[in-house]
Amino acid sequence: MAERYYTETHEWVTVDDGVATVGITDFAQAQLGDVVFLELPRVGRHLAAGDTFGVIESVKAASDLYCPVAGTVLEVNEALNDHPERVNQDPYGQGWLIRIRVSGELGPGLLDEEGYRRLTQGEATRPEERGSSAREPER
Amino acid sequence: MAERTPLYGRHLAAGARMVEFAGWEMPLQYTSVREEQQAVRAGAGLFDVSHMGRFDVLGSGAGAFLQRLVTNDLSRLTSSRAQYDLSCRPDAGIVDDLVVYRLEGEWRVVGNAANRGKDLEWMRAHAPAGVEVVDRTEELSLIALQGPSARTLLPAGDVEPGSLPRFGVARTAVAGVEVLISRTGYTGEDGFELFVAAARAAQVWDALVEAGARPCGLAARDVCRLEAGLRLYGHDMDETTNPYEVGLGWVVKLDKGPFLGREALRRIRDRGPARNLIGLIARDRIVPRAGAIVRREERSIGSVTSGTYSFWLGAGIGMALVEAGTAPVGARVELDLAGRRGSAEVVPLPFYRGTVPSGTRPGASPGPGRVVRPQPGAGAAPGITAEEDDTRGGALLHRDP
Repeated sequence: MAERYYTETHEWVTVDDGVATVGITDFAQAQLGDVVFLELPRVGRHLAAGDTFGVIESVKAASDLYCPVAGTVLEVNEALNDHPERVNQDPYGQGWLIRIRVSGELGPGLLDEEGYRRLTQGEATRPEERGSSAREPER
Repeated sequence: MAERTPLYGRHLAAGARMVEFAGWEMPLQYTSVREEQQAVRAGAGLFDVSHMGRFDVLGSGAGAFLQRLVTNDLSRLTSSRAQYDLSCRPDAGIVDDLVVYRLEGEWRVVGNAANRGKDLEWMRAHAPAGVEVVDRTEELSLIALQGPSARTLLPAGDVEPGSLPRFGVARTAVAGVEVLISRTGYTGEDGFELFVAAARAAQVWDALVEAGARPCGLAARDVCRLEAGLRLYGHDMDETTNPYEVGLGWVVKLDKGPFLGREALRRIRDRGPARNLIGLIARDRIVPRAGAIVRREERSIGSVTSGTYSFWLGAGIGMALVEAGTAPVGARVELDLAGRRGSAEVVPLPFYRGTVPSGTRPGASPGPGRVVRPQPGAGAAPGITAEEDDTRGGALLHRDP
């Protein structure tokens, strides 16, 4: 199993034989709440590390998705169109978002397991960070 | 420091994600909003709504005072009944939406959590000598049991819950604890709300969970109320909107005698509101969000006041306040959500009609839930449906505590 790395914007990436799999973290899915829509890129699109590659929309808010690694989109998880809840239920497995043919090294800004754990422990105390359009809950 | 309800420990123990809302630490969700919404639509959901403002109005002049304070006609309210109400400023702006309870000569008022201080001040400023308004929010908890199974699941002592009419109120015992129950709710389903002494709230909560009710958070409550087309104070209405604009003209009884705001309300009724609250179903994969600009034929006509994703319809839904006459049912509009765009269709409210029983037929068995599909070309004024005319004595599912 390839080692998993993380962005500060809560995406994860594993690289296996030059192919990166990208998703959002368990922390992110818990903060977002029930995912209802995903806008993902078309196959063949070139992405630089840090590019916005899509939008994830939950009951609470819409958030941009940031690409952890440069490359070309090989595959998009089409099953999420009908089953967006998989992002919540299995964010590191069936809830993966895209696969990328990697062109270059992993970005220097990526965090390892321990680094990400420290990041999220800091953020857990201010849970409304992700998603600029986060709104107040009602009543 | 936010206030905590007596059920705070229960929420933590159940793994709820807590959030601060209107000065209270409340459960946003326990497991998943989708599952909690489905529990309300298909079974029974349990909500802690102890953050809402609860006031007793005391004194022999209490009824007459309230009749001058609110827009609906309390002279129609018999004992052991509740009524949906608005209180308006002299210029017709809505101070709050309320439920007024009449209990054998006593009067209770439930308002929005965010308006608790304002409501108390407003009532005290208008109360005549001899009428006292007491804030009972902290000593009385409020629990909502909502869903088609609520009436069979509620162990309500010597009261048969299904025999209570809609908006009916009864004193009884649940799990050996004295409670006041009303057949009211804010989800579009049949259900009950239970007033219980704060010290005994957890006992009642545990008994209802044990009986099969699923704890639900504020997120599921918001989805349910939006699906049911129920307006939310602070979003779909506030002091800058009047009842006619937001489709609540049925709550205003101009002929009942003098009350706050009557002259302004009469003028607005006579010339027609300048804006309308409309229902929107997204036709693209977007969720309407409060603040999104609504455009028709390239022209900005208003903005979304609240929106969410409807698990029932499988689409984004929302309500928007737009210039009167610009967005009839069936019209297509464009939504601009901070740069993201999508298309939506204007539909009559509510989006969903659930198992709300008739107010006049005690024990009537609730019909199956059904979806109200958009009807292009339907002539009804946006945001106003026949169900909202309470002169029919009918199926009002309008809001409450």
